[in-house]
This record gives sequence, structure tokens and C-alpha cells, in this order.
Amino acid sequence: MNIEAKLLEGNKRAVARLITLVENKDEAAFELLKKLHNKTGNAYVVGITGPPGAGKSTLTDKLVKRLLDEGKKVGVIAVDPTSPFTGGAILGDRVRMTGLSTHPNVFIRSMGARGSLGGISEGTSAAIKVLDIYGADYIFVETVGVGQSEIDIVKNCDTTVMVMVPGLGDDIQAIKAGIMEIGDVFAINKADRDGAKKTAREINAMLDYSSKDWRPPVKMTIAMNNDGIEELFEGISEHRNYMASTGLFETRRINNTKNEIVELVKHRVLEHLFDNAYNEQLINSLSVNIVKRETDPYTACDEIMHNIKKN
Amino acid sequence: MDRPIRVLVAKPGLDGHDRGAKVVARALRDAGMEVIYTGLRQTPDQIVNAAIQEDVDCVAISILSGAHNTLLPKVVKLLAEQDASDILVVGGGVIPDEDIPFLKENGIAEIFTPGTPTSVTIEFIKANVNR
Repeated sequence: MNIEAKLLEGNKRAVARLITLVENKDEAAFELLKKLHNKTGNAYVVGITGPPGAGKSTLTDKLVKRLLDEGKKVGVIAVDPTSPFTGGAILGDRVRMTGLSTHPNVFIRSMGARGSLGGISEGTSAAIKVLDIYGADYIFVETVGVGQSEIDIVKNCDTTVMVMVPGLGDDIQAIKAGIMEIGDVFAINKADRDGAKKTAREINAMLDYSSKDWRPPVKMTIAMNNDGIEELFEGISEHRNYMASTGLFETRRINNTKNEIVELVKHRVLEHLFDNAYNEQLINSLSVNIVKRETDPYTACDEIMHNIKKN
Repeated sequence: MDRPIRVLVAKPGLDGHDRGAKVVARALRDAGMEVIYTGLRQTPDQIVNAAIQEDVDCVAISILSGAHNTLLPKVVKLLAEQDASDILVVGGGVIPDEDIPFLKENGIAEIFTPGTPTSVTIEFIKANVNR
């Protein structure tokens, strides 16, 4: 299959295959991304994050439907956790999006986090580019269910939607650093449940203290019933317009790109070091000796650093 | 290239019993595979679209409704139409022995009936996916 030609025609098999290749760090696939990079940058990337079971997939399903009705082309990347023990994964986000799978203008891809701890996978930013080349107007990136500090999504999208549900904790949770700081738009999903108004009040109170110019809106949604989806989409659009009118859109994309380069270099350097300066065997024998108290972690680190400098 | 095998576990048709599908999904996960589960009551068209977008190596179909002779070959046929016959298709569920030759003639590589140890399914998938 000539992936490049098929991809530019919008062939879904080619899109799927290229995502597989970048996810598995195939060098030829990155050559193709280099070549086609000037075809990216057109899609608007929306991150959907929040705790497990908050309704991220169902909300995404409804937002995508709304955009398809408008005639837009949409890509979805849904990340679920990978087992740290076996490398296996159950990717179940499609269960909430079954109505979308046969629509010609949508492409949905599930990805395992594969060891990344930031809520998305290492391959996600490349997969976003593939969907961008495919011609998506909007790309939704749904993170794994997050806790308090998985914030990599914000470095990969233009607008972050933070999905909350009632009953997860008190207002102390709302003022903690980390995940609560990254929402550009908040959705209180399952808003028909007890405590939804209280949750909204606490989040609003927290946001009122923020000194940033953009005050994230808080929208009430019941994704299952398609309630509040229009309002949530308005919130996303308001943020988009605000970013465009203040020049922040450009700034954010430059910052995200900076971060992407640093991450790419980090991974490359780590791989290089792993190949050259230390290996599983060395780490193993050092660890055994440390537990026996024959050496200590700091000396072991010095030893490895010495190897690194030698290379 | 060292990468996880990707499998779509699918439930076509109108039976609402997915315990078996979930047990198999879990077993494949524990064997280091990435398992995409799409939920109940899928049409062959939905299954094939998901398989293409997810670029899976294998589609594992669980069916208890009795409609296997219609729905399983349909999945194989639609995959062929999408130029995706390289994807391995296996089936499982309450399927009478006398139906199995017909299903194999129609492109389903193997049928796993009740009582099959999950290790058999895992080994079959590992040995037969096109990579």
C-alpha cells in the first residue's frame, strides 16, 4: 500500500496503518511525517480529561456528533491504560461511541498509554499529526482517567476540557495544584446527580481567584441525555475565539512545540544511553549489591554517570 | 518490529451476553495484547469499520444468538471489500460442531466453543496473525 498517496486521499486504512507505525516508532513513518509536516496545523485539537468514569467518552461522542451534523470532519484519539505488568490493555472507549464508527467523516483510534504516566501515550502527538493530515477539522484527544497530576494533555491540545462529576471530594480538592489548573473549560457531567450544583459552586469559587485573563466557563452536562452539549461546545468555541483574538493561540502552539522537541530529544537521549552506558544486567547487579549493603544508590549512580561521560 | 498484537473483540447481533467476550478480552490483555472492545449489538459493518480504524491484527467475534452462519461470513466479506483480508478472523460462543466446517470455508480461521481454555485461543492468535 502506498501510504502517502492513500493518506492524502483520506483513506482510513492508510490513516490507521500510519498511526500504528508511528506508535511503534517506525523510522520510515517519521520520514513521511517530516515530508508532510506542512500539511498539519489545520485541525483544532481539543483535549478531554477527567477522572475515570466521569463521562469523557460519552461527552466526546456527543460533541463529535454535533460537529458531524455541521458537516465537519473529526478525528478522535482515545487513550486507555496499559498494564505495567504484561504490556496488555483493554481499550474500551469505543463502547460509548458505537454510533460513530460507520460515519464516513470520523476516524476513531484507541491507544494504550504504553508506560507513559501523563494521561496520554508517547505516540499521541504523532497520531494527532496523522489525523491532521487526514483532514480533520477537529481532533478530540481523550486521556486515560486521570487523578491529580496527569497533565500531558495540555501540552498537546489547543483547548482542554476538564470533565468533573459530583461527589468526588470537597473544595480542598478544587484548590489543589495540578490537574485542576489545566482546564480551559469545565464540564460538570452527570449534572442530574446530587451535589452537582455544589461541585459547580466550588469549582467556580476556585476559578474566581485565578489571576489569568481567561476565566474558564463551567458548564453543566448530562452526556447520556445529550443535555448541555451545545453549551459545552459554545464554551470551547469561546476559548478558541479568545485565544485567536489575543494571540495566545500562536503562543500556545509554540510552547507545545517547544515541549514536543524537548520530549523527543529526551527519549532519543535515553534510548542512546540505555544502549551505550548501562543495561538491565548492570542495573540488576548494582541493585543486588545495594540491597546487600555492599554499595549504595548514590555510588551506583556515580558509576553509571562515569560510563555516560566516557561515551 | 516488537509491538503488541491488537485484537478487536466484537459482539455482533442481538444477544446481550458478553461475559464470555469479557473473559476472553481479559485473557488476551494478560497475554500482553491490546484489546479493543466495542460493546454489545454491533452490526458487521460497525465491526469492520472499527477493525480498519484500529488497524487490528485479529477480529475475535463472540456470538451466542445462533446467527453465526449469517453474521460471521458477513464480517469476512466486508473486510475483503475493504482490502483487509489480511486481518485474522476467529469466532467463539455456542456454535454447533456441524456449523464449523461451513464457517471455516467462509474465512473464519478457527472457532472456539465453550470449554476452550483461553490459552488455546491465545496461542492460536499468536501463531496465526499476519505481522
